[in-house]
Amino acid sequence: MPKKKMKTMAFEEPLIELRKKISELKEYTKTADVDLSSEITSLEERFAKLEEEIYENMKPWDRVQVARHPERPTTLDYLPLVFKDFIELHGDRVYGDDEAIIGGIGSFEGQPVTIIGHQRGKDTKENVRRNFGMPHPEGYRKALRLMKQAEKFGRPVICLIDTKGAYPGRAAEERGQSEAIARNLVEMAGLEVPVLSIVIGEGGSGGALALGVGNQILMLENSTFSVISPEGAASILWKDAALAKTAAEAMKITAPDLLEMGIIEHMIPEVRGGAHHDTARQAQLISGAIRYSLKELEGLSAEQLISQRYEKFRAIGVFTE
Amino acid sequence: MAMIRDIFKRKRDEKEATIPSKAAKDVPEGLMTKCPNCKHITLTKELENLGKVCPKCDHHFKMTARERIVYLLDDSSFDSVDDHLKSENPLNFPGYSEKVQADSEKTGLNEAVLTGTGSLKGQQVVVAVMDSHFRMGSMGSVVGEKITRAVELATKLKVPFLIFTASGGARMQEGVLSLMQMAKTSVALKRHSNEGLLFVSILTHPTTGGVSASFASVGDINLAEPKALIGFAGRRVIEQTVREKLPEDFQTAEFLLDHGQLDAVVHRSKMRETLSTIVQLHVKGAGSDA
Repeated sequence: MPKKKMKTMAFEEPLIELRKKISELKEYTKTADVDLSSEITSLEERFAKLEEEIYENMKPWDRVQVARHPERPTTLDYLPLVFKDFIELHGDRVYGDDEAIIGGIGSFEGQPVTIIGHQRGKDTKENVRRNFGMPHPEGYRKALRLMKQAEKFGRPVICLIDTKGAYPGRAAEERGQSEAIARNLVEMAGLEVPVLSIVIGEGGSGGALALGVGNQILMLENSTFSVISPEGAASILWKDAALAKTAAEAMKITAPDLLEMGIIEHMIPEVRGGAHHDTARQAQLISGAIRYSLKELEGLSAEQLISQRYEKFRAIGVFTE
Repeated sequence: MAMIRDIFKRKRDEKEATIPSKAAKDVPEGLMTKCPNCKHITLTKELENLGKVCPKCDHHFKMTARERIVYLLDDSSFDSVDDHLKSENPLNFPGYSEKVQADSEKTGLNEAVLTGTGSLKGQQVVVAVMDSHFRMGSMGSVVGEKITRAVELATKLKVPFLIFTASGGARMQEGVLSLMQMAKTSVALKRHSNEGLLFVSILTHPTTGGVSASFASVGDINLAEPKALIGFAGRRVIEQTVREKLPEDFQTAEFLLDHGQLDAVVHRSKMRETLSTIVQLHVKGAGSDA
């Protein structure tokens, strides 16, 4: 049971209802002189079954809700659980330090690595500081600086993707949002060290892809990666943002969809109901996936890493000749 | 009675037809063209001779990919490639295939970019020209594939790669596949760059979204046509987020030049000259005596 009151999602409602009923009955038996234990047991069985039904058959829109859950663990939540000795490194050396992207060095199971991740907030204050996890150009330039640094010292780069997108603002345009993203795509293509890109929440368009040109892309089971938000797609395609649910299904933006399309290498399973139910356990699952992927890339020379990355992205596209 | 009404009705229709409507102002069909900027009317033939630039206000009309090729490259030097690639409908979006088909018939192109080899004052180049008349120049799998192949061809031939961009961004109907074309074209450009080869991006009206945020912005030299709209996010989206009035010239080529995002804004009439000089200066061992 959750320690504090957690935001629940529409698709979970039947579970919440049932859970409430069970605890009501339990309360009642404490005071009243009747034995309801068999009823409670049967309700608990029903609960387990319902839980399985709901969480094992999550629809794309359900996953979108989980990916956006305010309590969903962020880069900063996973950092101390997955890595050791993390030291944050700030700034792009040109303009400023964008707190919507965190970067630094640390170690993963004894191996030095560079870690870069989008960072959104969980409350208003934190979101203002992190600009809702929507980077400005200096965020992407900091990321690139740290990737180049990783390349110099021969350590793998691990990117955690979690953004609605690059920030659409006047200052962002003035400082070259397009160029910053585009530069990262090209430069990531040439990195001589292993690069893992892991989508931990929302992977929104170019702003996500700017950390996404990895040797492998991994996605948490309830994360999304898309060219446009379901709401945006619905309002452009059908002039009605309320059709976001339909768009979420049609656009194929969930981890299982992208795995099936061959765009990502691995899907990282989530704890039942979503990562926010057990961050520590989820961090273990992420660690396991990183270990496995780094192992797969082990022994590849700089040249092989670059050509593997080339072939990966080169192959994406559906058309006829 | 009915017949009488019919007579009146017909008359009214005729009368309406003679009222100069917006469409009627454009007649005689095709002979004259009105500038959307200053309303100046020019003979279409003359306008074409001017590279579709308004003689009065310098407005740069949109060009089709073929017009651009004719205007830019040496006569009949262009050989197109990959005209046989066809878009599919990977997400089964209703009506998508039909729209692509209709635009294909309208433009005579297989997709929103025309690619091939050609020569510029005798120097061999690979060019890609996007056409905003085809699905707003948006980038799906075929556009990404054609551009990638063109870059690979330039790498193989060891020649410069020139691209004229004109695009609303990634094509939504192909979902994340469209997004990934940004990465696909980028890995190819990196390889081209590693060979010490020249890449010039010429941003034309409009270049936005995912195209702006990938190959369009990473030329060794980035040029733009005057007044071209260039930007990452849409103006309306930005106005909604920042809740402030944006300057009139926001996201124009001149605005980008002011903010250090472009190497130069080049008038269309100077584009061929400028590009051939740039290409010439990147020939290995080239000097002023050449």
